[in-house]
Amino acid sequence: MIELIWNALSWTLLLTGGFCLLVGGIGLLRLPDFFTRVHAAGVTDTMGAGAILVGLMLQAGLTQASIKLVLIILFMLFTSPTASHALAQAALHGGLKPRLGEQREDSRSNT
Amino acid sequence: MTHALSLGFVLFALWCVLSGYLRPMLLGLGLLSCAFVVFIALRMDLVDREWRPIHLLFGRVLGYWPWLMLQIVWSNVDVVRRILDPRLPISPTLIWVKASQHTDIGRVTYANSITITPGTLAMKLQGDQILVHALTREGAEALAGGEMDRRVTLLEKHS
Repeated sequence: MIELIWNALSWTLLLTGGFCLLVGGIGLLRLPDFFTRVHAAGVTDTMGAGAILVGLMLQAGLTQASIKLVLIILFMLFTSPTASHALAQAALHGGLKPRLGEQREDSRSNT
Repeated sequence: MTHALSLGFVLFALWCVLSGYLRPMLLGLGLLSCAFVVFIALRMDLVDREWRPIHLLFGRVLGYWPWLMLQIVWSNVDVVRRILDPRLPISPTLIWVKASQHTDIGRVTYANSITITPGTLAMKLQGDQILVHALTREGAEALAGGEMDRRVTLLEKHS
């Protein structure tokens, strides 16, 4: 019974993570400019990767593999915002201007 | 010196966990390489200067992370909904927010917290101001409300 609950929980997390990865990819294609696309990538590497890793931890139980997974999550939580920030700052420095305001018509004509 | 020793201890514990082999020869090699890393860190004069973040990490941060996780989950749900909405209801906004932290590590924590929540992105740090790109106007307003800023500043005080 308890096994079943753990499995259900773990698979829910794995599927949620997979769904978030998919949505992140869709967002990368749909959103209009570089800066908004970084937000879509953010969905991939917080919720997407995070949910999958926690789901895998539930599968592994209290083993060495789980400790490694915790370390992977920790490193990701520190490095991914740093990478996003570096990208955004480089784009800003390179003279790329973010498009602001309501983007409805804009995005339509752009796709 | 205690800093160097505890750095060595943390490194060796990490080494043991990652390798999983407890044979004397492998443990000895691990001990040697950890000692070598501590030696390099000492020579580079990194041990004392870079120690502060660890203090902050194991102190109040444990109370801050659950709140941050919740923020991340909620903003993820919001961004996912907007991406999947056929009308793509976004309103990209640039905003300067105040970072009221006193130390570099506090400001970095705040900027990283902003960036890791999907929908807001720290683009530039200037003095005590952070330039933030938000996916929606509501996201920018929520950040300007300053709750995250207050919580990160609180971390700093007690460290």
